[in-house]
Amino acid sequence: MIEIHNIHKSFNGKKVLDGVSGVFQTGKTNLLLGASGTGKSVLLKCIVGLVKPDIGSVTFDGTYFTNNKLDIKQEIRRKIGMLFQGSALFDSMTVEENVEFPLKMLNGMSKDERLDRVNFCLQRVGLEGTNKKMPSELSGGMKKRVGIARAIAPKCTYLFCDEPNSGLDPLTALKIDRLIKEITEEYNITTIVVTHDMNSVIEIGDNIMFLYEGKKLWEGTSDNILDSDVPELNEFIFANRLMRDAKKVEEEERNQAE
Amino acid sequence: MDEAILIGINSIFIVALVSTFIGAVSTVQVSYNMESAFIPRSTIGFIVREMIILELAPTITSIVLAGKVGSSIAGGLGTMQITEQVDALEVMGINSISYLVLPKIIAALLVFPMLVILAMFLGLMGGYLAGTLTGQLTAQEYITGIRIDFIPYNITFALIKSVIFAFLISSISSFRGYFTSGGALEVGSASTAAVTNSVIAVLIADFVCAQLLL
Ligand SMILES: Nc1ncnc2c1ncn2[C@@H]1O[C@H](COP(=O)(O)OP(=O)(O)OP(=O)(O)O)[C@@H](O)[C@H]1O
Ligand SMILES: [Mg+2]
Repeated sequence: MIEIHNIHKSFNGKKVLDGVSGVFQTGKTNLLLGASGTGKSVLLKCIVGLVKPDIGSVTFDGTYFTNNKLDIKQEIRRKIGMLFQGSALFDSMTVEENVEFPLKMLNGMSKDERLDRVNFCLQRVGLEGTNKKMPSELSGGMKKRVGIARAIAPKCTYLFCDEPNSGLDPLTALKIDRLIKEITEEYNITTIVVTHDMNSVIEIGDNIMFLYEGKKLWEGTSDNILDSDVPELNEFIFANRLMRDAKKVEEEERNQAE
Repeated sequence: MDEAILIGINSIFIVALVSTFIGAVSTVQVSYNMESAFIPRSTIGFIVREMIILELAPTITSIVLAGKVGSSIAGGLGTMQITEQVDALEVMGINSISYLVLPKIIAALLVFPMLVILAMFLGLMGGYLAGTLTGQLTAQEYITGIRIDFIPYNITFALIKSVIFAFLISSISSFRGYFTSGGALEVGSASTAAVTNSVIAVLIADFVCAQLLL
């Protein structure tokens, strides 16, 4: 369980996060939803400590993180798997070396065990056989998937994914979403996924936080998100015609039932 | 360790080229300025040796390397920073500075002195070739010249300088690269700044070393 409390962050006097608090449950896929530029990535970076919040604190399973000693922070970080919005693959290493890297750094696995794990992870993201390719030879979507493989390679306790399926076709996006949910439930880890994709919301949103201009305006699940009474959230959701239709169908079903 | 090999091998050719020509040009110019019957021709060899060992080999080599090594360190680290590769390391619980920067500095400290020794050798060779091929002095005179009053400390001095320059160039360039923020444009300016700052630092350090150590 990850708890964040009253996170504020400004860049050059411009407020990006304005007092965000919340709880991310273990074994659940927690989504951070919001329009472009609302501070989702910054919030994720505040949680893992890549960006230092101006005010506010983060705790991982009860251990205070934000301003704690470096060794305690690193201890927690070794349990974190993270996919960056731009993949952030090491461009001087092959796909295989990228996925193997955290395993090499973290625990005393033998070379064979590591390679087994690498191949297993690559296969889970549908990239078996790309081991020897360099990141520059991959498409944007493939890089994303290698990034996910690298994030899940060490058996992490906390998984953070910044837009895991942006730039992927709908089918692959769905597979990735399901993979993230599967891993979360299988290993009972705490997962936070940043997204602005309504498909993901409906598919895997166990617990959803809606961010708007640096504030948390709504929190709920995929089951009740269509019934929210927050105008900003409704505007965000129902910009999509399919979502409007879905809402209509839902209302009709409800009327029939009455 | 592959960093050291990379920096070294990638720079051998340019260092060899520059030092050979510097040796050749020095010999021709010194002999042009010493058209006197009272001065033995071997003095040319002596002066060329002093110039190359004390100043030209360590300093020119370092300035050439500042361009090559400095820009590649700053460009590499800058790119890693703006593409969040540095963040990715940090999130894995790795101290990115010691993981990325330290090996580069150590590599430079090891490789620069070797390249400076190579530059001394090739500089003297270049002088020999230029001197004999243009007929300014005989091989015998040149060799006698470069052996006059040989002070081993001068080589130590040059190597101390090269280690200092190596540290300055690699750390300044790493600093410039590591603290890049923004985009590709900023990586470009970080590389440029790395080279200009390194060259200035080398020249100042050169002067200070001459004052303190000679
Ligand atoms: N390092 C930084 N320095 C200055 N401003 C920043 C920095 N990082 C982010 N910002 C600003 O913070 C705001 C939120 O950025 P953020 O990347 O969190 O958006 P986002 O919600 O992830 O959007 P997207 O969905 O497009 O990725 C933006 O206005 C951005 O300009
Ligand atoms: Mg983002």
